[in-house]
Amino acid sequence: MKSVFSWLRFAWTTLTSMRTALILLLILGIAAIPGSFLPQRPTDPVGVADHLRANPGVGEWLNRLGFYDVFGSPWFAAIYLLLFISLIGCILPRTATFVRALRQPPSPAPGRLSRLPEFTTGLVVASGDEVLAAAEAHLRAHKYRVRRESSAISAERGYLREAGNLVFHICLVTTLIGLAWGALFSFKGTAIVVEGQAFSNTLTQYDEFGGGAGFRAAQLSPFTVRLDSFEAEFETGPVQQGAARLFRAEVTVTGAGGAPSQQVLEVNAPVTVGGNSVHLLGHGYAPVVTVRDGNGDVAFSGPVVFLPQDANFRSDGVIKAPDARPERLAFEGVFLPTAGEDGANGMVSVFPDVLNPQLLVNAWAGPPKAETGMPENVYSLNKTGLTQLTKPNGDPVRAGLAVGTSYELPDGRGSISFDGWKRWTKLQISNTPGGWLTLGSVMLAVLGMSISLSVKPRRLFVRAVPEPTGQLTISVAGLDRVDGREGLAAEVRALALACGLSNSEADKEEP
Amino acid sequence: MIAYYSSLAMVTSAVLYLLAMTVHAAEWASARAVKVPEPVLVGAGAEPDGVVTPSGVLVEDAPPARSQRIELLGRAALGITFVAAATHILGVVLRGVAANRAPWGNMYEFITSALAAVVIVYLVMALRGTRWLGLPATLLLAIGQGLAVTVFYVDVSELMPALHSVWFRIHIFAAVAAAAAFNIGGIAALIYLWRSRAEAKGSVRGYLARIPSADALDRISYRFHAFAFPLWTFTIAAGAIWAQYAWGRFWGWDPKETWSLATWIIYAGYLHARATVGWKGRRAAIVALIGLASFWFNFVGINLLTSGLHSYAGI
Repeated sequence: MKSVFSWLRFAWTTLTSMRTALILLLILGIAAIPGSFLPQRPTDPVGVADHLRANPGVGEWLNRLGFYDVFGSPWFAAIYLLLFISLIGCILPRTATFVRALRQPPSPAPGRLSRLPEFTTGLVVASGDEVLAAAEAHLRAHKYRVRRESSAISAERGYLREAGNLVFHICLVTTLIGLAWGALFSFKGTAIVVEGQAFSNTLTQYDEFGGGAGFRAAQLSPFTVRLDSFEAEFETGPVQQGAARLFRAEVTVTGAGGAPSQQVLEVNAPVTVGGNSVHLLGHGYAPVVTVRDGNGDVAFSGPVVFLPQDANFRSDGVIKAPDARPERLAFEGVFLPTAGEDGANGMVSVFPDVLNPQLLVNAWAGPPKAETGMPENVYSLNKTGLTQLTKPNGDPVRAGLAVGTSYELPDGRGSISFDGWKRWTKLQISNTPGGWLTLGSVMLAVLGMSISLSVKPRRLFVRAVPEPTGQLTISVAGLDRVDGREGLAAEVRALALACGLSNSEADKEEP
Repeated sequence: MIAYYSSLAMVTSAVLYLLAMTVHAAEWASARAVKVPEPVLVGAGAEPDGVVTPSGVLVEDAPPARSQRIELLGRAALGITFVAAATHILGVVLRGVAANRAPWGNMYEFITSALAAVVIVYLVMALRGTRWLGLPATLLLAIGQGLAVTVFYVDVSELMPALHSVWFRIHIFAAVAAAAAFNIGGIAALIYLWRSRAEAKGSVRGYLARIPSADALDRISYRFHAFAFPLWTFTIAAGAIWAQYAWGRFWGWDPKETWSLATWIIYAGYLHARATVGWKGRRAAIVALIGLASFWFNFVGINLLTSGLHSYAGI
């Protein structure tokens, strides 16, 4: 039993030693690196799938060992948790020592002052009390804490260094607590909203949604955001042509029980409503189409969200008209905001803004399908029960439409017309409780660290020893607790002058 | 047109830095043959500050003609560096005028601004008697500025929407200042390693004899790192706040963010190593140099090798 206890004691002292903390720090730095080179599942799931396909053997092992989610892996957590335990084990005793040091006067002057890095001595004609009183007044005026003894003074300043150091390390722990709190109760989701449409804050309206372990759907506060208009501008000059220059959304926000208010949503200016932040994350195009069926009735009409595929916003999407009769219709489409010819690839988009919009579609038809209520992916076409329409010569139907034009499907199956286009925005709605704790801790940590690295802790000593001649031998010495500081010699000299030593005597050094 | 003069000034400064470096190299080479009696050097450590030019001591021991030549070469190199710095700073300012914003929008602008901060700090130190930084400092400036005007150059353009923020200026200004201090601290650490090895071998001669003692170099290096580290912490924190505004999350393990944290951790390791028995001195200096390598990789490598949200190099 005793051996278990001593082993635990050994483990604890080893873990909380500076050397262990240092090695854990360096290991943590190294451990973070693979996460910057390998695709990571939380941010880039498609990249992970590609990497797994490209490296089947190694990839499987990387996957098992958590290298595709380094920052969520148990071994990464193990390193930083050990580091924080080590940190806490270091902070607690140091805080206790510091508090004790604050309550007590500085420790007494050492026996042989001449051994200290800065030392000066000389004779004066005065009483010991006078000299020490003058020295004490001088030291107190220079913000030293003073311990007065019968024939000596010891003084210390720079306690803020250790205070800042402790504040910094305590704030690291509270930062971690803030982050854990946020990870537990936060949520974050995205939704695509087309111009003229609105988003309501309920789970079903989100395209993607992720909540912490402690998140409950009841936390979602009711509000709506209507996208009134969205403006995008791109570089038209020769340098960085096509680079984004302006994104600006005008929205109408209606909070719980509040009146609607019109606000501007920009990339660096999120809108907040009911404690939630609404961010503008992305944008794209939604061609507006009308599909008429074989009976001549309108089977579908409105904007269809297409997803951008490249930097020039070539966008893919699917137009579905399940209610078309006698046959249901569907189209796979490509929207080109600025259509242009590319020798190798045929039609491409050559600019991200809308200068020459074109909608390219092929067409599918099939017998009507029973309503099942099963959810369906709006961005891909399930082709079971559908056949691709062909022209009389056997080629598949391919229509290239400009705005305002339409295409008649063969055999009187109906038509599709390209009426115009709208922009859509991808909004992110998030709520991270505990953010104030994280932010406040980080700011306080920076402050504590700056103080700790700039304050100079210093100790000064004076001793007055009466000589048989009736004179008094004054010894003045100084010591820096931390290296890398300057001005010690000057301070010792100033203190010696305050004690009544003359300039020439104070300059005299006896190492 | 202003942009053209900016580029012209930048190219001129790169050439002048190269020239200054060559003259410094000649200065060091001239000092190589000068024999120095050992005890004189140890005495130089009496100055607690560490910023000392023991040149006086040494020059007396060298033949007069030779020491005069060393002094002349050193002054000439410093003079050339002053002119280079003036054209360099002019180039940065004109770039800002041409772009009508702070010139920190892409890699070329960041690197030229950070090096301008380096040269200012170096010149202030050189005027206070720290001319021994000359060769490594001008080497860094010549390589950095040379790469900037050849490899990283891009024409003036507007910023993308994510950079339209007051945090852009705060984040990048802190990064530029931290970069300057880390680089000078790193140079001091490098010279420290060189000098301390010579001291251990007892073979301090030539130019090495003209620079401060290993202890003083260690202190100088520490002081720059102690200044840069809180700034770098602030850079990361300001970046996180900005990311919260721009991207709706304050931390996303973007490659740049990951390497910023790795760099921070390595430098935190340096500060702890200086207070750990067995790590003081040599090992701590090596940790500092690894930190600097990580800093540079984060700046150059991550922009060019990986695609993340910080891919603003524009190359």
